[in-house]
Amino acid sequence: MIPAPFAYARPTTVEEALQAIADGGEDVKVLAGGQSLIPVMRLRLAAPETVVDLGKVEGLRGVRDDGDAIVIGAMTTHSDVMADPLIAEHAPLIAEATGTVADRQVRHRGTFGGALVHADPAGDLPAVALALDAEFVIVGPGGRRTVPASEFFVDYLTTAVGEGDLLVEVRVPKLSGEWSMRYEKFNRVAQAWSIVAVAAAVRRENGRIAEARIGLTNMGPTPLRARQVEEALAGAEATAEAVAAACERAAEGTEPSSDLNAQADYRQHLAKVLTRRAVSTAAGL
Amino acid sequence: MTPITVRVDGATCADDVEPRTLLVHYLREQLGKVGTVVGCDTSNCGACTVHLDGEAVKSCTVLAVQADGSEVTTIEGVASGAELHPVQKAFHEMHGLQCGYCTPGMIMASIDLLQDNPDPSDDEVREGIEGNLCRCTGYQNIVRAVRCAAAEMRGVSNGHVSPDHVSPAVVDTAAAPHVAAQQ
Repeated sequence: MIPAPFAYARPTTVEEALQAIADGGEDVKVLAGGQSLIPVMRLRLAAPETVVDLGKVEGLRGVRDDGDAIVIGAMTTHSDVMADPLIAEHAPLIAEATGTVADRQVRHRGTFGGALVHADPAGDLPAVALALDAEFVIVGPGGRRTVPASEFFVDYLTTAVGEGDLLVEVRVPKLSGEWSMRYEKFNRVAQAWSIVAVAAAVRRENGRIAEARIGLTNMGPTPLRARQVEEALAGAEATAEAVAAACERAAEGTEPSSDLNAQADYRQHLAKVLTRRAVSTAAGL
Repeated sequence: MTPITVRVDGATCADDVEPRTLLVHYLREQLGKVGTVVGCDTSNCGACTVHLDGEAVKSCTVLAVQADGSEVTTIEGVASGAELHPVQKAFHEMHGLQCGYCTPGMIMASIDLLQDNPDPSDDEVREGIEGNLCRCTGYQNIVRAVRCAAAEMRGVSNGHVSPDHVSPAVVDTAAAPHVAAQQ
């Protein structure tokens, strides 16, 4: 299977990329690592008029320290994310979740920003970005803006990145205090897509859970925060019973789909179980 | 058409390609590198795995234009003259294949894994080649082959001797009488 013909642009700067997107006609797709876009183009689920390839654009790869945040370039590959010392130090949840994405070959090509802009409900990184309160730096015809994770994921496969826009980097605030993190994922072995997964970050203080942040993967068209669980955990004793009771609320307010892999009610069951496991592990229980 | 320059198995190739040409089709149809095969065409099976700038990728999920300026190594480029790569040799010796269709991709993925982890456990091998499907072997002998090659590449054994922690392939000669005849 071969993609339908398209016009191809290979910019070398962000400015050239924005111009190529503006000049590309009605249906323009931005090519990052291509590990989602090329499959859908091969299947002819997408047949863009123009493909703008970011592969040669300078300055979009790598991770840097920016004081109170680490900044991950949108074109940083999954395998580079997994090996990055700043991510390991400040946001190990990202590396852990990235290690569950697809397989080695795909992780060599696929990019952090590409996976976030694609915003597949079963993708692993959106819920992690949401749990860590990441901020998305988007450039477009109107200039540069920063969008919080809570406003970035708009709907199924839809983000705040508009048609003329480009995601250039993602800022992940450094957490203060003693945090531990865990990504719990349930998937079929032959496919790494999450049926349900849970990203948890927990701060413990004096034998209690001071604060918890929980992101849910594939429990609706967009990633979700399990706010009821977070509220129930704030100040709770760090015991198995208290965590289990709080995590019973993980499926509240979720609208998971039913598909070949799982019915909605089964996904809601999984959300509770996986949230309990993720929080328990992160809390050292 | 878009001009690209790619080094493939040590030779520089300058060509014009349609932007929609997949790297695997460029390798096979334009360069004649038919050692790299197309398996599933859906990014699942890994049969088309090659190395792009030293990293394993699925060449059915890379456009040829994305490889511009890069170095590609295919299964045809891993041997040194007539001498097989240690991973090729180990797949041969440990019966790491049956029909052989997945083998080019398995070997390229395994070489990539061993670059990062020179001494993987059985589980680490299975995890490391999770992007490659084999429908014949049940993976058992593939895992043995990768660990055997790893040992040889680390210099643990001299050539053909299997290290202690890798059990040699056991062939059920009742089920495979042609092997019994060779033994």
